[in-house]
Amino acid sequence: MPMLATDLTQIESDAEFEKLLAENPNVMLCCGRNGPMCLPVYDVMETLQKDPKYAHVAFRAMPFDHPVARHVRSLPHTRNFMGLPFTIYYKNGEVVAATSSIQNKAQITAILDEHFSA
Amino acid sequence: MSAREHYGAVVLGAGPAGLTAGIYLARARVRTLIVDEGVPGGQLVLTHAVANYPGVMETPGAMLARTMRKQAESFGCEVRGQTGARILDLAGRPKRLDVEGLGEVTADAVILATGGKPRALGIPNEDRFKGRGVSYCATCDGDFFTGMEIVAIGGGNSALEEAVGLAKFGSKVTIIHEFDHFQAQPWAVRQAEEHPKVHFLMNQEVLEFVGDEVLEGVRVRDKATGEVRTVPARGAFVFIGYEPATADLRGVVELDERGRILTDERLATNVPGVFAAGDARARPYRQIATAVGDGATAALAAIDWLSARS
Repeated sequence: MPMLATDLTQIESDAEFEKLLAENPNVMLCCGRNGPMCLPVYDVMETLQKDPKYAHVAFRAMPFDHPVARHVRSLPHTRNFMGLPFTIYYKNGEVVAATSSIQNKAQITAILDEHFSA
Repeated sequence: MSAREHYGAVVLGAGPAGLTAGIYLARARVRTLIVDEGVPGGQLVLTHAVANYPGVMETPGAMLARTMRKQAESFGCEVRGQTGARILDLAGRPKRLDVEGLGEVTADAVILATGGKPRALGIPNEDRFKGRGVSYCATCDGDFFTGMEIVAIGGGNSALEEAVGLAKFGSKVTIIHEFDHFQAQPWAVRQAEEHPKVHFLMNQEVLEFVGDEVLEGVRVRDKATGEVRTVPARGAFVFIGYEPATADLRGVVELDERGRILTDERLATNVPGVFAAGDARARPYRQIATAVGDGATAALAAIDWLSARS
């Protein structure tokens, strides 16, 4: 059973994580828990996942307390992060943006539009 | 020109009040659209554990919100989250709104359940340190500050309860409050006063958050003496209450001096066919149970109003 309360596909193994980055040039990955700061971000991602405008972006969630989350927690970009969720944007496997704590739809789409323009 | 969608009722806001209104309206076979610019569930989604909602043992707020939404949808209510809506005309018949993704829609009745939003301090560096020391959720982020100094800003029940909770993690928790007395209930004050790690800094104006890459402190001014000082803190948790989300309703319906919607006892506003429910409305208590009651009342009143005109 998935650990997070979201309909997003969840990354729960190293193999899944590596495959995600290998096969998708544009990735938004939200690493969090089932808390009140994380659930709204998942909800925005679920909405955007259905939007044809963002069909070129892979939206995924990752449980913060799963061992696979070390891929996010150990990033230099998240070194000073002290608020869940940690959200990482990968372009061709490289981190192009990272945010800490709750973000709204406008903040998220601004990053998507800046880095992942179709 | 494309055909406009017409609804019996449009509900603005999908918190407990809005979703409850949707349940009642849809069950009465009123074609109903609920629109929320955020996550359906409203502030309920931001509640870690709900323990005082009758008939439900302790549950995460997000789960209760999800159930309410599914319940509304099961009766045929259309719920659109992350969707903006702009009021075009509520005084005329039908009411007209511009809904993101739908364009202009019309409705015979409208229920305003726009809720409230956490009040931000609005001081320098608040956004900059969000997620890097400034937080609005102790249960989410408290463990990042294990062994560090923390401040909790506010003087209501939330601030004091969360400060006690944060003391599990922090080496010291300082409650900073703008007045020389608390608004919290006596039991919450007593609980905080009795905790050895919780300290108090009263009658302070919070000026700014300071630090380099991460938060290092909070600058405050003593309102009595004018003394300015920096309180060392790696974590600052802000709990200064809520404000009604009614900015777009100014000039549309009558508001009180605090921006809350004024209604009569049937939750009708001063505009015929427009009702209000929940935290956006002027009322003394803001609980999930009272919001649900409001939603039901507003929906039943709207149904009566619609019936009288059909």
